[in-house]
Amino acid sequence: MTVLDSKVPEGPIKDKWTNHKNKINVVNPANKRLIDVIVVGTGLAGGSAAASLAEMGYKVKSFCFQDSPRRAHSIAAQGGINAAKNYQNDGDSVYRLFYDTVKGGDYRGREANVYRLAEVSANIIDQCVAQGVPFAREYGGLLDNRSFGGVLVSRTFYARGQTGQQLLLGAYAAMNRQIGKGKIQMYNRHEMMDLVIVDGKARGIIARNLVTGEIERHSAHAVVIASGGYGNVFFLSTNAMGSNVSAAWKIHKKGAFFANPCYTQIHPTCIPRSGDYQSKLTLMSESLRNDGRIWVPKKMEDVEAIRSGKLKPTQIKEEDRDYYLERRYPAFGNLVPRDVASRAAKERCDAGFGVNETGEAVYLDFASAIQRYGKEKALVDGVKNPSKEQIIEFGEQVVEAKYGNLFQMYEKIVAQNPYKTPMMIYPAVHYTMGGVWVDYNLMTTIPGCYAAGEANFSDHGANRLGASALMQGLADGYFVLPYTIGDFLANDIRTGAIPTDSSEFEEAEKAVRERLDFFINNKGTKSVDHFHKRLGKVMWDKVGMSRNEQGLKEAIEEIRQIREEFWKEVTVPGGTNELNPELEKAGRVADFLELGELFAKDALDRNESCGGHFREESVELDGEQKGEAKRDDENFAYVAAWEWSGDPSTSNLHKEQLEFNDIELKQRSYK
Amino acid sequence: MKLTLKVWRQKDSKAKGQIESYQLDDVSSHMSFLEMMDVLNEKLISEGKEPVAFDHDCREGICGMCSMYINGQPHGPDSGTTTCQLHMRSFKDGDTIYIEPWRSAAFPVVKDLVVDRSSFERIQQAGGFISVNTSGNTQDANAIPVPKADADKAFDAATCIGCGACVAACKNASAMLFVSAKVSQFALLPQGKIEAKDRVQNMVAQMDKEGFGACTNTGACEAECPKGISLENIARLNREYIAASLTSDEH
Amino acid sequence: MSWIKNTFSSSIGKKLLMSITGIFLIVFLVVHLTGNLLLLKGDEGVAFNAYAHFMKHNPLIAASEVILFAGFLLHMIDGIMLWVSNRKARPQKYAVPNKSKTRNWVSKLMGPFGMVILVFLILHLYQFFRFKFFVEPPSHIEIDGEKVADLASIVYAQFKDLTWVLFYVVSMGVVGFHLYHGFASAFQTLGLSHSKYNKLINGVGIAYSVIVPLAFALIPILIKVMCICGPGGCTAGH
Repeated sequence: MTVLDSKVPEGPIKDKWTNHKNKINVVNPANKRLIDVIVVGTGLAGGSAAASLAEMGYKVKSFCFQDSPRRAHSIAAQGGINAAKNYQNDGDSVYRLFYDTVKGGDYRGREANVYRLAEVSANIIDQCVAQGVPFAREYGGLLDNRSFGGVLVSRTFYARGQTGQQLLLGAYAAMNRQIGKGKIQMYNRHEMMDLVIVDGKARGIIARNLVTGEIERHSAHAVVIASGGYGNVFFLSTNAMGSNVSAAWKIHKKGAFFANPCYTQIHPTCIPRSGDYQSKLTLMSESLRNDGRIWVPKKMEDVEAIRSGKLKPTQIKEEDRDYYLERRYPAFGNLVPRDVASRAAKERCDAGFGVNETGEAVYLDFASAIQRYGKEKALVDGVKNPSKEQIIEFGEQVVEAKYGNLFQMYEKIVAQNPYKTPMMIYPAVHYTMGGVWVDYNLMTTIPGCYAAGEANFSDHGANRLGASALMQGLADGYFVLPYTIGDFLANDIRTGAIPTDSSEFEEAEKAVRERLDFFINNKGTKSVDHFHKRLGKVMWDKVGMSRNEQGLKEAIEEIRQIREEFWKEVTVPGGTNELNPELEKAGRVADFLELGELFAKDALDRNESCGGHFREESVELDGEQKGEAKRDDENFAYVAAWEWSGDPSTSNLHKEQLEFNDIELKQRSYK
Repeated sequence: MKLTLKVWRQKDSKAKGQIESYQLDDVSSHMSFLEMMDVLNEKLISEGKEPVAFDHDCREGICGMCSMYINGQPHGPDSGTTTCQLHMRSFKDGDTIYIEPWRSAAFPVVKDLVVDRSSFERIQQAGGFISVNTSGNTQDANAIPVPKADADKAFDAATCIGCGACVAACKNASAMLFVSAKVSQFALLPQGKIEAKDRVQNMVAQMDKEGFGACTNTGACEAECPKGISLENIARLNREYIAASLTSDEH
Repeated sequence: MSWIKNTFSSSIGKKLLMSITGIFLIVFLVVHLTGNLLLLKGDEGVAFNAYAHFMKHNPLIAASEVILFAGFLLHMIDGIMLWVSNRKARPQKYAVPNKSKTRNWVSKLMGPFGMVILVFLILHLYQFFRFKFFVEPPSHIEIDGEKVADLASIVYAQFKDLTWVLFYVVSMGVVGFHLYHGFASAFQTLGLSHSKYNKLINGVGIAYSVIVPLAFALIPILIKVMCICGPGGCTAGH
């Protein structure tokens, strides 16, 4: 256990970050010019880190596999970004944001990190506005806020349904400024293939130029991994097609511990799967649950009639509908947190009440909202005794003003008009709270190797609140890492450039080449996607929303089998010295196949239900909370950090005990 | 449904490409266009052939990576959509679909349907930013109120996803809509006005250097833009450029 | 003054030049039209000849003729330069021609229409200047005691020929289409675009592109149909 030192500073929680910044080493500006830093990934965390480090004077090399940093998947975040600004004067504060985040994470995050996140959140908004991010504003010209899932204040800043895009373009612009100045050397369409460790420190990476296939050596005094989450281990998720675990997995295999891999967020409101060819799932913003009511039919014959097309959902009578969230959780109703809503949908569909051909969909119905808003608007507009049609027309106008773009997006994909017929939704993998273990400085267990954003595990515990991912990515990149990395680099001012002709680089490059050649020469019988889909199915069925010991053990076994078959039977067309998307995918899926097993192993080890991790063995057995998730603070209030030892089956578990000094541990109740 | 696909195949940037024909027999109308391409690629791999390389990532219309010129239109026949949002229900059984890469001197083909859009990157690097360093001491976000109308217009311009459909659609392969979107976003916000003159002149100079054509105000870009970026932005770019040329101290 | 060179050598600058010269030519067309309408006065061309005489002897007009000529030349050369660089911007063409919606179908044909207008202009100017440089005018009149060419009669005679009438009418059609897009486009290029005024600009543009070429086209038609002749008779010049 001695290996895991979280390096949380001493002192009261509100002074920790300030004191820490005052005490850590700083590199003087002249020396920064002599120091190289590699940043892998250009999303909110990587992009903001690269820009900030370059502004400070470091020589930065930045890598992304897409054709531009602007395409990183942070771009797809819709809802907003939290910040404790208290502009709405509703009693928000750093402490309240801190409290909500720790509680939302089901008390499995590290207090000190979360407090720091809340502390710097206000700076993020200031910084983004200065960069020209066009946040939504009120008529008086000041910034607008909205409220978001499960909190009591309005602290979410947003830019229509494209907040992630606008924030990322802000960071991208900051990067561009530094690229133009030559302070950042940008490597687009480059994939990190391995980490190079020299004398125990992270000193560079091996990268592949995805256009030419060239294998390149890049050295640096520190390496930052900001490569996002690993939701694509499920094959189907709301992640981008290229999102992958490989950068994080490579450093894991070189010594960085991987924490809480089983903590996955499954988002309740996504567009359901339509067939086996499906390549990804699309998220519909959580905000829809403010006005939509979720239901399935009560009677099985209605379900069958709907599936066969004999009945339309609008023909099901009110008394024959099961508004199961309102039934089970009268206090929060349709606004229960994401994990609870997702599990409830799965429960109904598993019981056979799913309303589409695949049996995996529930309705999200706006008819009552349209009625309610229609009557309100008629009253406001002075229409006396409005007709039914008028009410519907008015109601649809109001709903369109609130959710128009989302309704349009739904119609584009499903080809159904959600104003007239209820939407169909189903949960989908969305975000991974687990990731590379880092200390308070965001350094991994490899000296000089850092992890930021979704790639690390640090802030969201077992469940992430809405609008907190953007906050964490930018906090890490703009305000945390640029300071903490200096503490390590201060020792490197006399090191000079790291040579790339050392045996360490040589060996790493050789291993990379061997693996690539293996894929090309294997000439198996099945495509990469074949294995990825099979892995995804096992993960979803047995390591998905609800997990039990038997299923997890089976999953571990099945994943191992798929992995063995993959290495025997995979086929990759084309060559290594060209743009070869299949070759890229092969490497990523190989890593997912290892991660998947560790994921299941971690889920098996954590015999409690917390946040996004639900173990069927750990539920409340009686009382008001019967059947709900049961956390076990006595035995599981720790971070599970796994150390690689050659195979996922033999990975060693290290525990970082979580201490809660400023927040009292309570059960989350939404009844 | 059954489809005939005529796809541009090109080994690499130096090779001479040609259109090749493929048959797909079992395409579902619920598929997205890129899922149909996935099916084609699975088929090609199983036949021991090289799959078609194409750019794609988020598959929800926001990353701007996908870029196919389908039957004479960037991103295909539907308006306001990216290629990844296009669904096969927009086509009929028996259709022949031509799929080509973006064509522009400034977007050379890398392979098959993949083009190199780094010219867009260089334009952004020439001035697509506000010169402010990251700092915890920036003034409060509400210190400068911004009229809602301006903020909304800036946002509309900022929704550009940098896909390049405007260039692909333009008869002159002009990048004016792309450049105007970025220039407009910053020109409309008080934070961006400070270096507005330098920005517009540098970005236009870089745009010209990259070999994009000029604007004939045909409006094809606006019609094909998946995010509906308006031609008004081009007028604003022109205005900004003229004003900067007449009044700036440099250039 | 390198900034001027920099500005006008940029793509926007070149378009700016197209727009400025275009608007100048648009204005010129009105002046030209008012003069030409004198041909329809029914006074055997007296007013028109007087107008032509005045134009010839006023030094201010002579100077503006140079400017006008320069305007045409700039508009053409700049247009050709743009056409060349625009073609270079897409060296490899699409297999399927572009089907994207455009504001109007003319916008994609400004170059070709411009070339047609150039051909028209060459013939038109030849018609006018041949009597100045190459050919003895068929008839003369006296204005202020000076013997001058009877231009009105030349015009009247010319438009007795149906081919010439048709040529002018068709050319005016092309001018109309060129203006149809060119008018509003010039304002857009100048950055004069605002949702409040765009409708007005477009409306005026459409009206202008219909009325002015139509009025021009009416002149040969009416001369032909109504058999308008000058003092030199209806066969002068033939």
